[in-house]
Amino acid sequence: MWDNLQILVAAPVFNIQLWLNGLSVGAVFALAAYGLALVWGVTSVKNLAQGDFVMLGGYLGYELSRHGVPPIAAIVPVAVLMFGYGWLIYKLIIRRVIQLDLFTSLLATFGLAITMQQVMNLLFGPDVRTLRSGFGRFQMFGGMVDITQIRVIAFAMCAVLAVAMVLFLRKSRMGQAIRATAQDPRAARVLGVNTDLVYALTFSINSAICGVAGVIIAMIWVIQPFYGIAYSVRAFVIVTAAGLGNFPAVIATALGLGVIEQYSGFVLGAQFQQATVVSLLLIILIWRQLLLRRHRLALQ
Amino acid sequence: MTRKSLVLHLLLLAAGIAAPFLFPAHTVQFAVFWIFILFALTWDTMGGQMGYNSLGNIAFFGFGMYICAVVQIALVYNVGEYTAANGAIKVDFTDQQYYTGLALGVFLAAIGPVILAAILSWILFGLRGPYFAIGTLGVAIAAAELTSAWSWVGGGSGISMPVFPGGPGVRERFFYGACMLAAILCYLFLRWLYSTRFSLAINAIRDDEEKAEALGLHTGRYKMVAWSVSAFFLGISGALFGNMTGFVEPLETAYPTLTFGIFMIAMALLGGKGTLWGPIIGATLFYTLRELTWTYLLGWQYIALGVLIIVNVVYFQQGILGWLRDRKPEWFGVRVETQSPKVPGKP
Amino acid sequence: MNVLCSKTARLAGAAAVAAALAFSGQASAEDTITLGSAISITGKYSQEGKNASDGYNFGVKRVNEMGGVKINGKNYKLAIKYYDDESTPARTAQLLERIINQDGIKYILGPYGSGPTKAAAPVTEKYKIPMVEAEGASRSLFTQGYRYMFAALSTSEQYLAPVIDLAAELAQKNGKNPSDLKIGMAFENDPFSLDVRDGVVDEAKKHGMKIVVDDKMPRDLSDISATLTKIKALRPDIIVFSGHTKGATTATRQMNELGVNASIVGMTHCESAKLTSQFGKAANGILCPTQWAETLKYKDDVFGTAMDYNKAFLAAHQEYKIVPYQVAQASAVIEIWADAFRRAQSMDTEKLRDALASTDLDTFYGHIKFSPAGNNIAKPMVLRQIQDDKYAVVAPTKYASEPVEYPRKAPQ
Repeated sequence: MWDNLQILVAAPVFNIQLWLNGLSVGAVFALAAYGLALVWGVTSVKNLAQGDFVMLGGYLGYELSRHGVPPIAAIVPVAVLMFGYGWLIYKLIIRRVIQLDLFTSLLATFGLAITMQQVMNLLFGPDVRTLRSGFGRFQMFGGMVDITQIRVIAFAMCAVLAVAMVLFLRKSRMGQAIRATAQDPRAARVLGVNTDLVYALTFSINSAICGVAGVIIAMIWVIQPFYGIAYSVRAFVIVTAAGLGNFPAVIATALGLGVIEQYSGFVLGAQFQQATVVSLLLIILIWRQLLLRRHRLALQ
Repeated sequence: MTRKSLVLHLLLLAAGIAAPFLFPAHTVQFAVFWIFILFALTWDTMGGQMGYNSLGNIAFFGFGMYICAVVQIALVYNVGEYTAANGAIKVDFTDQQYYTGLALGVFLAAIGPVILAAILSWILFGLRGPYFAIGTLGVAIAAAELTSAWSWVGGGSGISMPVFPGGPGVRERFFYGACMLAAILCYLFLRWLYSTRFSLAINAIRDDEEKAEALGLHTGRYKMVAWSVSAFFLGISGALFGNMTGFVEPLETAYPTLTFGIFMIAMALLGGKGTLWGPIIGATLFYTLRELTWTYLLGWQYIALGVLIIVNVVYFQQGILGWLRDRKPEWFGVRVETQSPKVPGKP
Repeated sequence: MNVLCSKTARLAGAAAVAAALAFSGQASAEDTITLGSAISITGKYSQEGKNASDGYNFGVKRVNEMGGVKINGKNYKLAIKYYDDESTPARTAQLLERIINQDGIKYILGPYGSGPTKAAAPVTEKYKIPMVEAEGASRSLFTQGYRYMFAALSTSEQYLAPVIDLAAELAQKNGKNPSDLKIGMAFENDPFSLDVRDGVVDEAKKHGMKIVVDDKMPRDLSDISATLTKIKALRPDIIVFSGHTKGATTATRQMNELGVNASIVGMTHCESAKLTSQFGKAANGILCPTQWAETLKYKDDVFGTAMDYNKAFLAAHQEYKIVPYQVAQASAVIEIWADAFRRAQSMDTEKLRDALASTDLDTFYGHIKFSPAGNNIAKPMVLRQIQDDKYAVVAPTKYASEPVEYPRKAPQ
């Protein structure tokens, strides 16, 4: 471990590489987590199938690319298709579990998750798949630091999404309706907001974002029907650590965890990457709780 | 217990004892079935009765499994050598070594998780609702990952368990009996527990924790005890399961967070959480369906299971018992007053 | 609370379970020998599981086409009953208990992966049911004295050790001292990959080489950029990976993306990861150990030569572009069973076990001869290198068709 730390000190350029890796990884996870936070905040539904939506997006992108569509261009049609899919799932399943016990919704989405996994397995086969993005890479510092262009694009998309969502939620009518419903659904309904439409829209937006994330993941890593779980778990970790209703924090947390994960992999070894992320989550949760307690005590 | 109730309990007990002799080929399946019942019951203590939905109870299962495995090996061999050799040591446990190892292992596998629960309580019980749930999930995942990275217990390669002495038929029945015993003890204990004031306290925590605290209830203590009870039985089940499977490894066998961990919840919710028999019914239904779909709907089994869960959640939100309670409240001892001069309580 | 109804429900449930399960065991037809297999139809290894089951099915089809197996003058067709072990060892063990006890099947085909096979072996041993497997290569399977398990494949420590050997050989030829060489490696944290790692560590120790990066990738991880950054910083002479299909895909892609390279790069599962078709030039120069290659000069009476098998399988399975060895060795398992039935002329498990133990068979996959511990000691692992988007055998020298391209040039 100390040897690895020494490398970072002796050759600082590798810190840059780790940061670039981490930020791009974090950006992709931020995409997956953002939609989850949105759905969770507005509808209280905890979508355990999030990672499987991502995989589905990846597969749709893969199918489109097989018909000659360059992967990066597939993002838009995939987003549209996934929006429609999200709408369908909302009408069939989610709508009925929204008013229920919050934990029951977790179970419903779990059922959805395992169904989707096997449907994808039957439709697309169990092969591990990946896409060539067709882009090159940037090399810096005399070849010491490399970053593929698709990762930069992923990061850019994450930024664009964040800005777009903030603008949408703050400035547009529908955005306001969504925020109102998130704050108090009953009051919103009384004031004439069509909460059912709001919920449907929220869930479908999430589905679309997942679709985009999926296509990017197919270009950066791999997709397979049963690999979605890792993204679900990571999305949940990010949203929980960031705290509900705090969208900027979701992005920041995702990026932060991405970078920390890279460092832990470099210094401690890849076998500790996942454990570090999860331990960090626990620490954040506990720290926040301690803060609350101190706040409460201070009020007394 | 009423007379009728006692008779039924004894009938079920008799069925349980007879099962491995009537259907010897299914003994292992039935043994796992008892473990699933135990899963559902212990989860419900926390989730249904106390309102703290834990996604990480499986951590106690795995912890117990590993404690038992290590104890069983450590009594005879050097654990580091046993696991590092990747099986290059030819192992040979005498009968006596095996049984003492197993007994001690199961005992410690029950205690260890309780201590872990106490520690975790202190850390996690300030969290509420979804944060608690994800926090516990984090603990389970961390446990799996850290165990994978720990080569002394075999890391990702896992541990090959000592082989049970005694012929094939004996082994199945032995573990079946052990699992059945564990599940029955769990049931009896919880049945007793739910009749004491303890259950009133944890129900109060579920219904409104702030008020309960305001009324002077030491919620922290109750929460810790409830979790420790779950941990105790889960640890035992883990130890037994590890021995039955014969091979222990961290991600899929000891800490199957996203399968067994979620199944626990699914079963309790299916049957009706917050009741004693709800989880048991849920476990029965879930397990039966799972085994049937795995045999007859191969390639589609997850779809069938997923659809079942969705249908259950959408249409039977309070679980089967809850649904029955709505339809036939009289069966649950609830008297329904009706306007017309009917005798209340008669269906 | 009156729990009458719930108890009734429970009894009904239990009765339903019993009834349904009692019907699940079917007696096999008179003229069919049913083999049983619990394999990864879903889960992390579902792709590899499909490769194996495709191989099993292809083997059974060919044997049946040729008339099946003749025992005491009667012809028997082969059939396979599959169960899904979800890529988890615990499930494999449970399902094998079911296959043996409920379905009454007495002849087992191995699962995919060393973990599931490690869970399966004690079960078949306990019931004295012979199992022939070809997808579990971990050395530890063969040190327990199992008498009922037979493995057609070469054991795992032989996968990447030849790469280290080759590196030492080439270093010496070029005037360098082998013990000056540095190794950077990453392995998935599962029984098979860790066993492969042991083989590398042993071989490295023999030559006195230093290991500078030694990471274990968790199974859920698909990003190894942190590990690769370390490798980039330390510039080892040899890089080796083993992480099943996902590991090979991820490693090849990310090495290319991060500009990581070494004179010798070796990894397992190249074929099942479809490196040549997915990555083209970027995969050139990678050394891939393989249990079987279609260019090798093996042959038998069932499939013909290795090349014949290759052609026939590709014709029957359009979705495959090349035949990964996992498929070939699964078909070989069927051949071994058929041969054992023929020699034993009996369906009795003890006689079959003895027949299997004395197997001495030429197959398109290689020669099969089992040691007393159950592993195949007559078939060597072969090292291939990706050259010009194709696989060429480069070691051992007596099988080599091309010289090694050394050192590996960084693909552009």
